[in-house]
Amino acid sequence: MSSAGQAVERDVPFQLRGNSFTMMVLKVSDPTSPDFFPQLNVKVRQAPNFFRNAPVVVDFDELPEDAGFDVAAFLQQVRAHHLLPMGFQGGPRPVQEAALAAGLTPMPAGRAAKLEQAKGPDPRAAGSAPAIAVPPPEPVLRPALLVTEPVRSGQQIYAEKTDLVITASVSPGAEVLADGNIHIYGALRGRALAGVSGETGARIFCQSLDAEVVSVAGLYRVSEDIGEDIRKKPVQIFLRDGFLHMAPL
Amino acid sequence: MGKIIVMTSGKGGVGKTTSSAAFATGLALRGFKTVVIDFDVGLRNLDLVMGCERRVVFDFVNVINGEAKLNQALIKDKRIENLYILPTSQTRDKDALTKEGVERILNELAQEFDYILCDSPAGIERGALMSLYFADHAIIVTNPEVSSVRDSDRILGVLNSRSRRAEQGLEPVTQQLLLTRYDPDRVERGEMLKVDDVLEILAIPLLGVIPESQAVLRASNVGMPVILDEASNAGQAYTDAVARFLGEDVEHRFMSPQKKGLFSRLLGRSA
Repeated sequence: MSSAGQAVERDVPFQLRGNSFTMMVLKVSDPTSPDFFPQLNVKVRQAPNFFRNAPVVVDFDELPEDAGFDVAAFLQQVRAHHLLPMGFQGGPRPVQEAALAAGLTPMPAGRAAKLEQAKGPDPRAAGSAPAIAVPPPEPVLRPALLVTEPVRSGQQIYAEKTDLVITASVSPGAEVLADGNIHIYGALRGRALAGVSGETGARIFCQSLDAEVVSVAGLYRVSEDIGEDIRKKPVQIFLRDGFLHMAPL
Repeated sequence: MGKIIVMTSGKGGVGKTTSSAAFATGLALRGFKTVVIDFDVGLRNLDLVMGCERRVVFDFVNVINGEAKLNQALIKDKRIENLYILPTSQTRDKDALTKEGVERILNELAQEFDYILCDSPAGIERGALMSLYFADHAIIVTNPEVSSVRDSDRILGVLNSRSRRAEQGLEPVTQQLLLTRYDPDRVERGEMLKVDDVLEILAIPLLGVIPESQAVLRASNVGMPVILDEASNAGQAYTDAVARFLGEDVEHRFMSPQKKGLFSRLLGRSA
């Protein structure tokens, strides 16, 4: 692209770009089944954070031609389970029209076929068993929460189900928590609690230890108990044999 | 459009009002049309430090409530051209400050003034939040002691999360540190935090170090911004800080005891 073109582009107050997103497909085979929503509820509860306000595409492809049900009320119920229906695939014409009227976008049917093939043998089993499409598995890697600004007094940062990486200092009166490890590439002057959901293998690493409180999986030590030999030095904190250890790095 | 500066600290008694008065006067002396607003509703002080307490008729809260026009409440400084004071109410409390009311007045002032300096009350409650919400720049007033540093740290966090710029995802509020009541002798004896200690924790640029000075109390008792006491080291330090705020490269002074021995004892008596 020419530089003139870029200059013009910079003046435009928006950018239009294509992007692809991963969305769950909710495969509906029997929307009138009394077990439908109770089972959906069980599924959602297994990972409430993962499902909260997750966009879904509703797949009506397996509905029989004569399927008659209140689509709007059905979608309402789905929303009540904290899923956000964005679009739909396939289905008998009246159902499609009702879904369109409810504001859903028709998704290309070709992709639905592909998805089904890609899933391989699994969906065959799913076809006969519960009507819920298997949601994509939890990502293998949950990226660490990265904080680049100083964590100020009174602030609290929690890295849920992951590690916390801070490239600045943690001030006195601040609190940083993680279900995983905590790495601080600055001074730790506040409170740091790693493995707060019980992960005993979690560790705290910092460039300069001057903490108010440190804790791993609930075992804690306060500032007074931190030895002068490691104070203001690079230190790692971890559990071994049920005791909290602090070792210079 | 005028720029909105907030002078804030979290902690009380560190010198926000003294610094607001000095800074606003300094900006006006440099030719900028400046207004300084007292946000400390119920604890009206700025007008005393500016020496205009006997000319207060209408105040900030009257203007917010539509009981007076902005021009009726603005007090023109008698000494400095371009300098105006918007005093606050002594009888009301901080609940009188509404976001809409404050915004309307700041917008109106921004049409006319180059700089609008908001003198924040202590704390992190309504008054302080209102004073910093619309700010473009923040000057953090801190004393070289641990409780003041921690409160400043807290207010920096508030600026980063609860100001208009933070809420709307705009460019963040610029933040600079004004370290006041600095006594190099006591720092030398280890009784006070060093400049570097404070900077290490707060991690924001240093705008200036104002030395502990008898001139400050003397000036505020006679209702004269200390920056007008040109012989005092505090006055000079504020002049330097204003220059740095305007982007000039001025060396820091009054930070070591040797210089103080030569300078301020002589100047302290003659001033």
